[in-house]
Amino acid sequence: MPGITSIAYKNLRRKRTRTALTILGIALSTWVLISLLGFNQGYERSLNSDIDNLGFQVLLTAKGCPYEAATLMMQGGSGLRYMPESVLDSLRAYPEVQSLTPMLMQAVFDPSVGETGAIAAYNGVDPATFPAMRSYLEFAQGEWFNEDGAMEAVIGFEAAELEQREVGDVILIPDKEVELVVVGILKRSGTQDDGTIFVPYKALQKIFGVEDQLTSVGIKVSKETDVNAFEEKLYSLPDVQVVSMAQVKSTISNLVSTARVMVMSIAIIAILIAMVGVMNTILMSVLERFQEIGIMKSMGASQAHIFRLIWSETAILCLLGGIIGALAALGLSAFTEALIRNVLPFSPKGSLILIDLSLVLRSIAIIVGIGFLSGIYPAWKAARIRPIEAIRNSEGDL
Amino acid sequence: MKVITATNFSKTFKRGTEAIHAVDKVNVEITSGEFVSFVGPSGSGKTTLLHLLGCLDTPSEGHLSIDGQIVFGNSKSLSEKEMTHIRRKAFGYIFQKFYLIPTLTVQENILLPFAFNKGSSQPYDIKKIASDLGLEHRLRHLPKEISGGEMQRVAIARALVNNPRIILADEPTGNLDSKRSDEIADILTNLNQHEGKTIILVTHNPVLAARASRVIELVDGRIS
Repeated sequence: MPGITSIAYKNLRRKRTRTALTILGIALSTWVLISLLGFNQGYERSLNSDIDNLGFQVLLTAKGCPYEAATLMMQGGSGLRYMPESVLDSLRAYPEVQSLTPMLMQAVFDPSVGETGAIAAYNGVDPATFPAMRSYLEFAQGEWFNEDGAMEAVIGFEAAELEQREVGDVILIPDKEVELVVVGILKRSGTQDDGTIFVPYKALQKIFGVEDQLTSVGIKVSKETDVNAFEEKLYSLPDVQVVSMAQVKSTISNLVSTARVMVMSIAIIAILIAMVGVMNTILMSVLERFQEIGIMKSMGASQAHIFRLIWSETAILCLLGGIIGALAALGLSAFTEALIRNVLPFSPKGSLILIDLSLVLRSIAIIVGIGFLSGIYPAWKAARIRPIEAIRNSEGDL
Repeated sequence: MKVITATNFSKTFKRGTEAIHAVDKVNVEITSGEFVSFVGPSGSGKTTLLHLLGCLDTPSEGHLSIDGQIVFGNSKSLSEKEMTHIRRKAFGYIFQKFYLIPTLTVQENILLPFAFNKGSSQPYDIKKIASDLGLEHRLRHLPKEISGGEMQRVAIARALVNNPRIILADEPTGNLDSKRSDEIADILTNLNQHEGKTIILVTHNPVLAARASRVIELVDGRIS
């Protein structure tokens, strides 16, 4: 005995090209939707994990533009304004401060790196405090330097790979005529540390002639501290800029919000186009089967039966399109991620697109839900066909 | 026992400002087990009358009772839902153009009414119907793979599968050659004489009309 769903399915096979194109439209919009929602949650997570991996909640820099400060915090870029090292003593006086780590960032163009040269980023760190804050860093070879002023370096995974360095090698800082001995090579961490060359900050001060100067201080606050209130207090120090995790997150979120809005608009338009396609396909199919539907009604099909029949066709289209789109989103997530990285002003290191089962199911439910909405009009039109009209006329009209 | 009673039954269509009385104050009674033919020239209103009696269309005025239940009347008419129920239970329809669903097999076409009537208590045995109508080897075929005569037999099987008491047939041999027409006439006669079905037939075919126990001639929407 044919069920209503089986009649609906067989009807969709009648015009295979039209059905396939409609499913393709739904699949594309599902792909865009899942990738977008996956991006929303993946980006958030990667950004949080990047910031958590910094090991400190507040970064103190010399006074400057907050965007520069944010970039400095995330990328280790060269927002090269300095503050005196004596700021460390002032900071230690605050009861909220659990630990401190002074940093001196320097960046130099090194023509010998790769084929066209590259910027080499040096991060001067304190061997006594920095390793404890970045406890997640692991060594592929060697270990941290021990002395404040040692002419030694620890190289991040990517920097070591690019320059093909091993422990014991000597690296030359361009224009400075200074040699550093590589004492450690880090494993890949998935953070900006992978591209950094760590040097004891005292040594870096000497090499670049900026004695007693720092670019930033990482501050780990004690657990019960109200970070916002603490930030306010820090502004009593002269010529400093305070950057907190919350600020960095919101600054970066602002930077990418335009891109998000754009992608979201594209997704909504894609879904709308697909849904108009579904409505058109189903409506055409109803009009072509005007007589068949009328004959079914003469056999005792009620309005509800016909409504269900047409709705089943919509559901089958949307479900198939949704599943294909979800598989495409999963299979092509690396490609989508590369595409998104290309348009974003800042991307965290971790995976940008996070697609899990709940997201896939939610997205398919959204697509099927919207599909049901677009199926209402054709189903209602079909349900209202009177058998006598169908027998008299071979085709319906709108 | 009266199965259909139509009194003062009319159907008027409007074409521009002109009113066309397709069925004009017709009185007709059909008793259970009767085989009635409506004959008449084209445009005489016989098909419209069949549609009205089969609850496929609504009259402009008049009364109609099916099995004693008032379907249309001055004071009360049945709702669309109740009409659907009557169509499902009382009638089996056979049309000139067969109207088979091309994507369904012969068997699925025959069983199609069950898709809309799952609680049917006394369905016909599909194998018996198929063998009575010579379709047993065609059950897995699609409509496009069978002949016109076979298509009409499938349509008859579909009309019978719900075990209706009344079969309404509108020009059932209109698309068939004389040999196939005779086959269909034999089937209808057999259904009437051996299965007790009430048959109401509209036809131009005098040979087929002659099979009926009563022939009613319509001219200009009236019984002549």
